[in-house]
Amino acid sequence: MIKSGFFERNLKYIFPLPALIFVIALMVFPVVYTLILSFSEWTLTSGRPITFAGFSSYLKILKEPRFLDAVGRTFYFTVGAVAAEAVLGIIIALILNREFRGKNGLKFILLLPLVATPVAVGIVFNLFYDPTIGFLNYVLSLFHLPQSGWVTDSATVLPSLMAVDVWQWTPMIALIVLAGLAGLSSEPYESAKVDGASSSQIFFRITLPMITPTILTAVILRAVDALKTYDIIYAMTGGGPGYASETLNILAYKYSFEYFNLGQASSILVFLFLLVLLFSLGVMRLRKRFEL
Amino acid sequence: MKKVFVVLLVVSLSFVLFAQGQTESAQQEIRVLLANHPYGELLKESIGEFEEQTGIKVNVESLQESQLTQKLTTEFATGSSTVDVFMTRPLQEGLLFNKNGWYAPLDSYDFSDYPGNTVDIGRKDGTPFIVPLVTEWQVMYYRKDLFEAAGIDVPTNFEELEAAAKALNKDGVAGFGSRGKGAAAVTQLSSYIYNYGGRYLEDNIAVFDSPEAVEAIRYYGKLLGNYGPQGVVSMSWENLMPVFQAGKLAMWTDASVFYGQVVDPAKTQIPAEDVGVAQLPRGPVDDSPFIVVSWGMAMSSKTKNTEAAMKFLEWATSKSLAIEGMKSNITMARNSAWADESVRAMMNPGLIETQAHAAMNGYPFDRPFMSAVGQARDLIGEIVIESINTKGMSPKLQSLATEKAKAVNDLLKADGEYGMK
Repeated sequence: MIKSGFFERNLKYIFPLPALIFVIALMVFPVVYTLILSFSEWTLTSGRPITFAGFSSYLKILKEPRFLDAVGRTFYFTVGAVAAEAVLGIIIALILNREFRGKNGLKFILLLPLVATPVAVGIVFNLFYDPTIGFLNYVLSLFHLPQSGWVTDSATVLPSLMAVDVWQWTPMIALIVLAGLAGLSSEPYESAKVDGASSSQIFFRITLPMITPTILTAVILRAVDALKTYDIIYAMTGGGPGYASETLNILAYKYSFEYFNLGQASSILVFLFLLVLLFSLGVMRLRKRFEL
Repeated sequence: MKKVFVVLLVVSLSFVLFAQGQTESAQQEIRVLLANHPYGELLKESIGEFEEQTGIKVNVESLQESQLTQKLTTEFATGSSTVDVFMTRPLQEGLLFNKNGWYAPLDSYDFSDYPGNTVDIGRKDGTPFIVPLVTEWQVMYYRKDLFEAAGIDVPTNFEELEAAAKALNKDGVAGFGSRGKGAAAVTQLSSYIYNYGGRYLEDNIAVFDSPEAVEAIRYYGKLLGNYGPQGVVSMSWENLMPVFQAGKLAMWTDASVFYGQVVDPAKTQIPAEDVGVAQLPRGPVDDSPFIVVSWGMAMSSKTKNTEAAMKFLEWATSKSLAIEGMKSNITMARNSAWADESVRAMMNPGLIETQAHAAMNGYPFDRPFMSAVGQARDLIGEIVIESINTKGMSPKLQSLATEKAKAVNDLLKADGEYGMK
C-alpha cells in the first residue's frame, strides 16, 4: 500500500502532469531548440554535422541587407494593415452599434472573411489581382483607368497584400470593439446630452476614451498576429517579385526549407520572437497606463 | 475510486507508449512519396495493379515539387524517415541527398535502356543512385494562327525571335513570354545563356558574370521587358500557361513537359491545331538548349523494406509504364519508349523533332549543379529581375552579375564544392 500512498500524496502533481508535458514538449522545447540552433552552424548542403558557432549566425544575418529589408517590411506591413483595420473596424462597430433593419444579416456577412482559410483567400485574391486576366484590371479598363501590376509590381505588392489582410481581419477588430461598445453604460451619454454636447464631442470626449482599452486589446492581438503573417504572403507571392514582399517569417522559411541553412534561419526566428515579445510587453505596459 | 482512476491513467499512458511496437503486421507495407507531376498521377492510378500482383501494400503521398524536397529533407535530416521510395529531382536535390547519404545504391538495377548521361547525373563515385524517369528540354510554344495572320515565319535565330515578338505584341496579346520570376526563371534562362556561349558554372566555378552570359541575361530581359505579359517578373510556368491558354501570349519558351497540359481542351481556349512546338531559336554563338533529367526515382538508404521497395522501384520505372507515359505526352527517359512505333504515331511531331535536336546538341544542365542550388537560383534571379525591369538597359547589370557570381562562389566554397571537376 506504500505505492498508492505515494500517488495519493502527490495527486496534485500527477494530475497536471499531462498538461505540463504537453506544454513542455510542444511549446517550450521548440523555442529552446530554436535558440540552441541559432548558436550553431548547421547547413545541410555542406553535409557537415552540426557545430557550435557562437554568435556568428547573428553577426552574419545582421550584415545581410535582405534581413534588414525584411525587418522594415515586417513593420511596414504590420503598421499599415493594423492601422487600416483599426480605423475601419471602429467605424463598422459604430455603425453596427445602432439599430437598423438587416443588422444581423450584415453581422453574419462580416463574419465570413474571418472563417475563410488564408491560403484559399490568397488564391482567390491572386485571381482578382492577375494583371493580364484578372478581374481588377478588367474593371479598371472598363473605366479607362490606368492598370496596376498589383502583387506583380514591387511598388504595389505590399499595399496589395495589406488590402487582403485588411479584408480578412477588419471584422475581428469590429467585433471586439462592438462588444466594448455594448458594455458601455448609458449614464455619461445622458448627462452629456443634457449639457448640450454635440455628437462629435460625445464621440471624441466620451465614447472613444471609454473604449480605448478595448481598441488597444484588439490592436495588440492583431499586431502580434500581423508581425507573424505568413500564409497569405507565401500563398500569394512567395515573397516576390524578387524579395519585394519578403517579411521576416518568409525569409526564415526560405533560409530553412529552401537554403537548408538551419542555423541562420533560427537566428532570424529568434529575432522575430524577441520582436513580438518586446512589442507585446510594450503595449501591455501602455495599456496599464490607460486603465489607471 | 481515486486509485482506480490513477491505475487507468497509467495503463492508458503506457498503452500509447508501447502501441508503436505492435503495429508490425504480416503484410508488407511501403511508403512512397510522389510529386504532383503527370507521371506521379499516372503511377498513382496504376498502383492498384502493383498491389494485386505483389501483395505489397503501398501508402502513397503526393506533394508539390518544392514541398516534396522539403518533406524529404526534413525527414531524412532528422533521422525520422519512414519513406521507402520517392520521386526526386536529380539536378535540384541530387547532390544534397547524395552528400548526406540519403539515397540507397542501385547497383542491381538494369540501366541498359537509358542514355548514359542521364544515369551519370545520379552517380557518385561510379555508383548509380537515381533511376531517370522523365527528361525535358526547352521548346518554344507558339500560336500558328497569329504567325499566319501576321505573315511571318517561325523564328530560327535570336534576331528573328525579337522581330517576331515585336510584330506579334499587339491587340492585348503579349508577343513573347518566358519565366521572369527570379529563381524560377533560372532554368529557362539557361538555354539563352548557352546559345550566347555562356555557362552558369564551369568546373564548379560560377562564370555567369562572363560577357556572354551577361549579354544573354540582357537579351532575355529586353524581350520580356518590352514584349512580355504584364507582371512577368512574378511569373513562373503556372502563371504563364493560363495566359497562353487564354490566347494572350503569342510565343512562350518553357520546358517540353507542359505540351499535354497546354492543349488540354478542358483548360484552353486555343484549339490544339493552332499550337505549334518549335525548338528554341539558335543564338549568336551556339544552338544548345538544355535537355535534363527533370525527375528520377530513388530508394531511401534508411528503408527497412529493401526487397519490397526495390520491387516497387522496378515496377514504377518499367518499360510498359514508360510507354503509357509517352502516350500521355510525358517525355520519358527510356530509349525504348521513344523507339516504340505506337508511341511515335501518337506524339506531336514537334516534340519528336525538338527532342532529337536537343538530344544531339543540348546541354544536360538547366541550373547551376551544386548543393546550395536553391540559394544560387535566388541570387541569379536578382540579375534576371533587374534586367527585365530595365528592359535589358540596366547599366549595372555587369557589376550585379559579378557580385552575385562571387556570392555563388562563396556558397560553393562553404560547401566544399568550389573548383571540383
